Amino acid sequence: MKAKNQRLILALLALAAVIGAGLLAVSGLKQEAAFFYAPGDVAENGLPLGKAVRLGGMVADKSIRHDPDGVTIHFVVEDGKAKVPVTFKGIAPDLFKEKSGVVAEGEFHPDGTFVANNLLAKHDERYMPPELAGKMHKTDTLKP
Amino acid sequence: MIAEIGLGLLWLAAGLAVVQAFLGMAGLRQPDRPDLGGAVRPVAVAQAVLVVAAFCCLIYLFIVSDMSVKLVAANSHSDKPMLYKVSGAWGNHEGSMLLWVTVLAMAGAGIAVAERRVRRDTLIATLMAQGLLALGFYAFLLLSSNPFERLNRAPQDGQGLNPLLQDPGLAFHPPTLYFGYVGMSVAFSFAVGALVTRDVGPAFARAMRPWVLGAWIMLTLGITAGSYWAYYELGWGGWWFWDPVENASLMPWLAATALLHSVTVLATRDSLRAWTVMLSVVAFSMSMVGTFLVRSGVLTSVHAFAVDPQRGSFLLALMLLYIGGALALFGLRIGTVREGALFEPVSREAALVLNNLFLTVILGVVLIGTLYPIVAQGFGQQVSIGPPYFNPAAGSVALLLVIAMVAGPLMRWRSDGMKAVLRRMAAPVILGVVALVGIKVLAPDIGTLPWLGLAVAILAAAGSIAPLWKRNLARTPLFTWGMVIAHLGVAVALAGMAVDSAFYKERLVAVDEGDTTDVGPFSVRLVSVEPIIGPNWTALEGRVEARRGDGAPFLLTPQARNYSAPPTDTSEAAISTRLDGQLYVVLGKQGQDGRWQLRLWWKPLVTFIWLGGAMIAIGGALSLVGRLWRERRSPRGGASA
Repeated sequence: MKAKNQRLILALLALAAVIGAGLLAVSGLKQEAAFFYAPGDVAENGLPLGKAVRLGGMVADKSIRHDPDGVTIHFVVEDGKAKVPVTFKGIAPDLFKEKSGVVAEGEFHPDGTFVANNLLAKHDERYMPPELAGKMHKTDTLKP
Repeated sequence: MIAEIGLGLLWLAAGLAVVQAFLGMAGLRQPDRPDLGGAVRPVAVAQAVLVVAAFCCLIYLFIVSDMSVKLVAANSHSDKPMLYKVSGAWGNHEGSMLLWVTVLAMAGAGIAVAERRVRRDTLIATLMAQGLLALGFYAFLLLSSNPFERLNRAPQDGQGLNPLLQDPGLAFHPPTLYFGYVGMSVAFSFAVGALVTRDVGPAFARAMRPWVLGAWIMLTLGITAGSYWAYYELGWGGWWFWDPVENASLMPWLAATALLHSVTVLATRDSLRAWTVMLSVVAFSMSMVGTFLVRSGVLTSVHAFAVDPQRGSFLLALMLLYIGGALALFGLRIGTVREGALFEPVSREAALVLNNLFLTVILGVVLIGTLYPIVAQGFGQQVSIGPPYFNPAAGSVALLLVIAMVAGPLMRWRSDGMKAVLRRMAAPVILGVVALVGIKVLAPDIGTLPWLGLAVAILAAAGSIAPLWKRNLARTPLFTWGMVIAHLGVAVALAGMAVDSAFYKERLVAVDEGDTTDVGPFSVRLVSVEPIIGPNWTALEGRVEARRGDGAPFLLTPQARNYSAPPTDTSEAAISTRLDGQLYVVLGKQGQDGRWQLRLWWKPLVTFIWLGGAMIAIGGALSLVGRLWRERRSPRGGASA
């Protein structure tokens, strides 16, 4: 093999790897990016069905209900514009409570319920999930 | 007083970094003045001594709980255990950045003291680059993150350290990871130095290799320990979350792994010159990207201490300056780097090229997935990228990588025959295929990725010990043992990941005291829940009795802890390690009806993940010792592998 050729081939291979990584990433991102929704967005644009998303807002007052199995809870997330019922099976974080911020990860069901597989609550007094802070400012339900 | 001394030492060290950079430049411009270049070494050492002293000052302030220092007041508390007082010194933004430059300066001093293999002018250029790097981070510390800032009035007591960080493992996690992160700066500086003096060749690669290897070992340990910490401390039963912070440590590791292999090709066969230099730049760039992601406040996590846009922009500017500068130098000089030695498409070099390509693809996938949400946020779009993206995209390429890992060591340098390679690989490949079929027959419901993962792990386990086949084991060099153990570690870790993902059992129940439930092969009884008191926390402790079949019962004590300073609740999982896996118990909340939530996992072979990680690091260490040993015996360096 000639010297020039080998260097060229290696450079092309490296280029192909980088482009391959880019294509792989883009196709993956198209399918799997979990977008963040507030209840108001859902009311406006319809349910994002069939993909993992995050839902964020405030846990509505007096909305937390416990199922008899002791591990499933139902509550309502609101953002001042709309409300979404949420079902979650698991151990809720310690700071999960009514009238407090929450980000739920999961999927919408066609009936409009959000089935969460993970809850992120406000972590401590100094912390707020950044998505939540942003959305909350927009809807003016919460002061910084 | 100590705080002022510390600050003074830091300014002096920054001054010496300027001197180091200028002396280096002057020394390179005037080769007829050896005194200029010769002074660079002692200056680099002095700079390290000063900044280490400054770091000791900070640790002292934390030990004596000097609450008049802002950083101590904000992050420490007088009744914290001593270990966490000391580790509190780096468990915050300013202190961790001071640790960062301390390690950077120590790495520079290490080159200055120990490096005797490269050309003199290359060494001077390397130290100059290291000085320039340090300078930027000194500026960052002194101008925007002064760790020694005083408060006008000292508070009664401090605010305490985040309880999640009050863990013995975490006391050592940041230093370990930083030695890896910042140790990679040596590769970067060597690459810049070699480009400046047009000295890209095997000698430079041999000089760089032990540093890369050392940093890589530390990164491996840091990632493994971090993964285990997340596993037992967060109480979610997972060992890898593709959290941006985890990715921030994985990306330099991927680049370093690629570099480690290409530097071996350059050192041994004098091929892949430009590529190795490029990877050196990329590896440390990934360290800086990681530091930026973790420390700038663009991510919200236990690591993001500072949410301060000024600091974020400062770090971003520094990072772009260094990466851009190095890439520009690469573009200017790479034309002058001669083509290295040639090799055939079937050869060990080619297999290592393949290894590098796969690692690059994984790195690209992880990098894009990590940065995309941040970029999208800039455009007002809130996105999160998680396992559904990373697992298939990175996982599938990783499996190909592991197969290439098996092939590489079984090939000859420069040129090999396809038939001979296939013959050497026959046994592992047959085993892998048998495993592939066998697993599907025994466990038809297994997910695609765990299925392939387990089969590839078995193939890789057999393949990684194949290089020892028919060899005189007593005469096999230490670095070959290192490679075999590290590669076997990859197989072991992969097997752990696959088996846990495929066969874990999870139960989430609400039980009364005295109730029995079961998970996997265990029956578990909640005996009682009692309040207990620790040094700076109170907790509810569940007493959980588990037994496997008719075996002897054993006790697990998961806790729901409540820390007083700062007020935080954490959940301490109870983990019982068996030979074939771990039983993992988390105590949840008490419902209104008095029942307790229990979350139980049986995680078969999960320990293999960290055992594999440790084997990879041990293999690296053996390799490092073996190389240094051989070089001491023959000054020309080990040319064979």
